[in-house]
Amino acid sequence: MNKFAKYQDQAVPAGLMSRRGFLIGAAGTGFTLAFAGAGLVLADPATAVAQHAFEPTIWYHIDQDGIVTVNIIRAEMGQHVGTALARIVADELEVKWESVRLDYVDTDPKWGLMVTGGSWSVWQSFPYLSQAGAAGRIALIEEGAKLLGVGKDACIARDGVVSAGRKSISYGEIVRRGNLTRSYSADQLKAMPLKKPAERRLIGLPTKAIDIPGKTNGTARYGLDAEVAGMVYARPKLPPTRNGCTVTSIDDSAAKQVKGYIRSIALDDPSGTVPGWVVVCADSFTAANHAADQVKVVWTTGEAAKVSEQDLLDHGAKLIDDPKGGSLVVADEGVEQAFAAAKTTLERSYTTSTVLHFQLEPLNALAFEKDGIWEIHTGNQWQSLILPTLAKALGVGEDKVVLRTYLLGGGFGRRLNGDYSVPAALASKAIGKPVKLVFTRPDDVHFDSPRSPSVQRLRMAFGEGGKVTGMEHHATAGWPTQVMIPVFMPKGKNGEPYDPFSISGADHWYTVGAHRVRAISNDLANNTFRPGWLRSVGPGWTNWALESFMDEAAHAAGVDAVAFRLGLLDAQGKNAGTAPNATGGAARLAHVLKRAAEKAGWGGALPKDTGIGVATTFGQERDMPTWCACVARVKVDRATGAVKLEKLTLVVDAGTLVHPDGALAQTEGAALWGASMALHEGTEFVNGQVKDSNLNTYTPLRMRDVPELDIEFVQSSEVPVGLGEPGTTVVGPAIANAIFAAVGVRLRHIPIRAEAVLQALKEQSGKSV
Amino acid sequence: MTTFNLNGRPLTVDAADDTPLLWVIRDLAGMKGTKFGCGIGMCGACTVHLNGRAVRSCITPLGAVADAAITTIEGLDPQGQHPLQKAWIETQTPQCGYCQSGQIMQAATLIKDYPNPTDADIDAVMNGNLCRCMAYVRIRKAIKLAAEEMRGAAIHE
Repeated sequence: MNKFAKYQDQAVPAGLMSRRGFLIGAAGTGFTLAFAGAGLVLADPATAVAQHAFEPTIWYHIDQDGIVTVNIIRAEMGQHVGTALARIVADELEVKWESVRLDYVDTDPKWGLMVTGGSWSVWQSFPYLSQAGAAGRIALIEEGAKLLGVGKDACIARDGVVSAGRKSISYGEIVRRGNLTRSYSADQLKAMPLKKPAERRLIGLPTKAIDIPGKTNGTARYGLDAEVAGMVYARPKLPPTRNGCTVTSIDDSAAKQVKGYIRSIALDDPSGTVPGWVVVCADSFTAANHAADQVKVVWTTGEAAKVSEQDLLDHGAKLIDDPKGGSLVVADEGVEQAFAAAKTTLERSYTTSTVLHFQLEPLNALAFEKDGIWEIHTGNQWQSLILPTLAKALGVGEDKVVLRTYLLGGGFGRRLNGDYSVPAALASKAIGKPVKLVFTRPDDVHFDSPRSPSVQRLRMAFGEGGKVTGMEHHATAGWPTQVMIPVFMPKGKNGEPYDPFSISGADHWYTVGAHRVRAISNDLANNTFRPGWLRSVGPGWTNWALESFMDEAAHAAGVDAVAFRLGLLDAQGKNAGTAPNATGGAARLAHVLKRAAEKAGWGGALPKDTGIGVATTFGQERDMPTWCACVARVKVDRATGAVKLEKLTLVVDAGTLVHPDGALAQTEGAALWGASMALHEGTEFVNGQVKDSNLNTYTPLRMRDVPELDIEFVQSSEVPVGLGEPGTTVVGPAIANAIFAAVGVRLRHIPIRAEAVLQALKEQSGKSV
Repeated sequence: MTTFNLNGRPLTVDAADDTPLLWVIRDLAGMKGTKFGCGIGMCGACTVHLNGRAVRSCITPLGAVADAAITTIEGLDPQGQHPLQKAWIETQTPQCGYCQSGQIMQAATLIKDYPNPTDADIDAVMNGNLCRCMAYVRIRKAIKLAAEEMRGAAIHE
């Protein structure tokens, strides 16, 4: 159970995950195979299915042609998640992959918690989907055996066929002629025989993702493509800052000259999601776009309009200075003593800039009321978070709102915050027509929920013989979870709540003696903008600091950077790891580190001003470690400070790889995201607004910036863990460490700009003169 | 009224001359494969062919395409089996897929100009197409694969 799943119990009946039974019942022209709450297991399965009483979650359906349709409750945003999840079911069920279909479902309470993030999808779903597949296989074998007139033990299931010797019967025929109706208790389900890894026929083998062909011929449908008859187009007219703005006046006299302009609506939002927003409606997007430029809105602004990036960083540093603030996430005994008794200590601070999601499909939503139900057509990553907000905004019950599902033109965490659907719904309510709201790129960027800037301070105590005896990690940033769903914050060791996603990574697997991790919310950031979860969230900054610091600590100790880390990855005590998710513990991190160093030629000779640097990560959280090591090779131009990233070598142990090519694609993308955030991206707040608004000044990594990539996965049959994010956080520190190796200057802020490198080189030469 | 040829068929639309071609294609012609990304011609998601050359439809006004031939991703190949499209599937290039119509349309021009593109050619021509999922390694691989197929076909003609 990860931190998040613990809180699922607040949304669904307590203990549901462990007490669920399973039922198979006739539905339509086939059978539905579904998990059921404990109370439903003893009910007649056929009746339960007929009455749609198979809550909370249906997984799949098999029809008279043997076609298996797997319901996908996760957002498809580039990770090919539908393919991976369906292969888990299909492998246990023993069906041909060609017989499998995906259904990306709309919101419904029966699906339980709908969220796609945290790199959780495969890891969370694997046990349940495996059991569901196995239950179906067992039932099909039992019924097939009856129809063949043989004992079930004489039968095997393969490729959608049950056979015994020369006799065989297809799944489709069993569905037509047999009675698959079954009910299994939670205990029976748990005892369901799952296939051994060696018997798998789909999991771990190459396949082509089901969502890809439509993405090559223009038929794939994203939220932006949604239409309904009679809709009007709209563009938001956004206030200067997220918080504290109210509309004083709207003058649309100039907009009235735009052909097709309809009206401007100052939104009245009971949910408080879009304070001060105005929506400009017209009969085409072009007209709405032009009209929005012409509408003059006067707002009153609040304190946020005075805040700039340096204020946020300065405030963070001040918060860290106060030893009493924040939440203690790791609180070993003896930290003070370790530092008091230390032979030497090391203290360093690290910072990161504000980062934009810049998912390529700008925010958009189509909203309308039909037959008393509000339909919201949009791509979204956390339907269960925004649906209650929409209901509150519209003043209707949650059962009167449905989110229709579309592909996402990029998620990266931006669409975990579903704020953009609220103004579409409110505008539709106000105007009495369907409203298609489309953000321009500058609109999208202006109210991105960006990754907060961060400030961190790390300390290490060295005892006799350079042994590491204590460590502290203090981290502060804006906290998305505090701002958007505070109920999800657990309490630290000192009883103070914290955003788990904003500190994860600091609770690392190195054995460092007495360890303290303190997470501090940057309240100025929270008040100035709406911090967002951005691909990997906290580890995006915690691992930047941690792995830069480990390198500095190695140099301070006079030990090779790989050897220093290996010395701390002793897999002892709390770092020994526990089954099933973290079997092997730090030893697995040590393994990928050694392998990456070996592959990258660690310790070999390099040309002038070229260096290699190393970093590791355990991915998103200790409860779901994805073991990853990276070696970066850079060349630094001393004249300009420009850093050329030449090569990235990554070795990843993610346990079982359900869809190996998807795993590789995710890691390629994640690694390049890491490189982009380290060298090419980053923005800053100026007077409460992000400085950049489009690609003319915001410059993510492009084709010619791509380094050589060498990515290797450890062959493993351990629990499959997440892959969407881990590759992201390991690259930045590896690059900074490589720069140090190349030219001897230490950069402690990302993004690393050429000017900063040049400045550091100047200071270095000043010192040496 | 402006008339142009869209994917081989004449189309007459009643919209202002300064209407971006992108929205004419998407909302008046109803072809949704061409995407809106940045609106300033710097991401490439809206790339279509104007008389056989890649252009950014978000900054191409309707008035500029009168009587011209426009090709979108839907019209690149009647069956969606252009060597680039096949190579995109073979290499499993798309992730979210949102930029890929534009990538493919840009790559079609690239291969026309450079039947045997080098890495430097690909860098130069494809640098204007942002892939936010950063599937660049595969885009490069797919372009080379498609170019190879097209050269093979050319030799056999």
